[in-house]
Amino acid sequence: MCGIAGLIHRGKSSDVGAEMTSMLQSLKHRGPDSTGFALYGTPEKNQYVMRFKVAEQEDMKHGFDIHQQVIERQAEVDKRLDSLGVHVKLRDEVTEYSHRYTFSYDGDMRKMADYMEDVEGVEILSIGEGLELIKDLGDANVVSDQYGLSGFQGTHAIGHTRMATESDVDIRSAHPYWAYPFNDVSVVHNGQLTNYWSFRREMERRGHRFMSNCDSELIAVYIADRMAEGDDLEESMKRSVEELDGVFTYLVATSDQLGMAKDVMAAKPMVLYESDDFVGLASEEVSIRSIFPNEIHTFDPYEGEVRVWQA
Amino acid sequence: MAGVDHKSHDMGLHAEQLKGRTQQRFFSASEEENFTYSWAFDVDPAKSAEIDALDMETTDVNLKIRALMEDGHGTITIKNPRARHGVGVGILNRANINFEGSLGYFGCGLIDGPNVRISGRVGWSCAENMMAGTVVIEGNAGSTFGAAIRGGDLVCKGDVGSRTGIDQKGGTIIVGGRTGAFSGFMMQRGRMVICGNAGKNLGDSMYDGTIYVGGEVEDLGVDCVPGEMTEIDLKWLTSKLALYDVSPACGVENMKKFVSGKQLWNYDNLEPSEKKLIL
Repeated sequence: MCGIAGLIHRGKSSDVGAEMTSMLQSLKHRGPDSTGFALYGTPEKNQYVMRFKVAEQEDMKHGFDIHQQVIERQAEVDKRLDSLGVHVKLRDEVTEYSHRYTFSYDGDMRKMADYMEDVEGVEILSIGEGLELIKDLGDANVVSDQYGLSGFQGTHAIGHTRMATESDVDIRSAHPYWAYPFNDVSVVHNGQLTNYWSFRREMERRGHRFMSNCDSELIAVYIADRMAEGDDLEESMKRSVEELDGVFTYLVATSDQLGMAKDVMAAKPMVLYESDDFVGLASEEVSIRSIFPNEIHTFDPYEGEVRVWQA
Repeated sequence: MAGVDHKSHDMGLHAEQLKGRTQQRFFSASEEENFTYSWAFDVDPAKSAEIDALDMETTDVNLKIRALMEDGHGTITIKNPRARHGVGVGILNRANINFEGSLGYFGCGLIDGPNVRISGRVGWSCAENMMAGTVVIEGNAGSTFGAAIRGGDLVCKGDVGSRTGIDQKGGTIIVGGRTGAFSGFMMQRGRMVICGNAGKNLGDSMYDGTIYVGGEVEDLGVDCVPGEMTEIDLKWLTSKLALYDVSPACGVENMKKFVSGKQLWNYDNLEPSEKKLIL
């Protein structure tokens, strides 16, 4: 059991950091192992935001050398970015093992990502003009405080509270997943995919990389693959409902869209609230109500349903 | 069995063909213990009270309801339930319970007797294992609505998720809008009325019971077959739906009836343990 949540403000910005923290904290009982946020801020022209880690949180508790190693890994990342001609404007050490860079680059983003992740322990959590993907161990309040998410202004967000069932309790297996190498595309998922391995092999044959053994990562890769083939977000999601097997509900966000998909058995929960200027979705209604003091009209999407909203 | 025991059969309401090892114990309205437990609180419907659940934990809300009934309150209004899970469960009293707002998972589960009204929406598994009483929801409902209910009337005036009435063993489920896939899955007895559309696999693997649908049926599940609508069905539907002020857009006379084809299960076979004894 995991908890997922999403929100989108139509035509305006809001403190999506605080809102998503509140929504995810109220879903803590669905998964206390890790919490993740994909927040979409206001893009700046010709500027990307990259979130990456150079070690797992657990790694920092073991050995005397790791503290020096994370410094060396970051230095190697900087060296490689410099060699590719990436112009880093701001380096922000959010935690000892997690960083936020803003940069400009007009080269091959996939090549840059691959070159960076070739450094031991380095994993890019997200790259985008608006997307900032933050995930770590602990509940929503812990992660939000650790990364200073309250006050994050943006149009939309998705988030996840994880109860680990299929893979480890670490940042690598935490959601959301960035749909590498697509800028600004992220995925959160609640459920299990039963044809994970067959699809993973197919995706790997097509050149996609997997950073974890978590079946949820497949959805991000699948969406990325379909979009590379020319599908738009809604088309790729509809196709996924037909092709991915198992029980699942998932949310996808792009720079200006939020989408949801539910498996054909409708075996995983999703509650939806929609008004003229706001859409909120969550595994449980209590999550949506955590940001609405008044009575609201909510409903369940149906089996096999795919919906996409524009910011 | 005489009199009231046979009334439902005399009216032709029992379309189920009960034979073999399928047993049915008839309910006697003349027996007081069928309505109240010996330990149930003596409440007065005219004596009312309110609970503001805004800053209360679920357990405290349920204990407060119990304490008020113990104090003789027969009408209790709960404000600000705020979609909490497990609120209003295990009420074994005849009482009027009004929720002003929405409930989360398992709301009003395991109840036997109260008349509940919910102004908002309910989450998954509302009124699961309900034995008697009425639960009326003004908004929408999540999946597994009325799972394994054995009696009473469970009414949702809006739309309902998938697996409505899964394992239903009695009572009546009424849906004012549409319902999702696998509604009536493994239904064993009772009636389900869906005024709107029904999702795929309606009545899949149902043993018995009756499903009425006003809208379109996406498809029927294994062993669910169309049944013949009778005058008795129409009278029952008309009176029952009027009771809760819901109606299908097509009109009651155009509703469709579905029952078990009884080809899937071996109704007259012996239990495996009994086969061993004979063989």
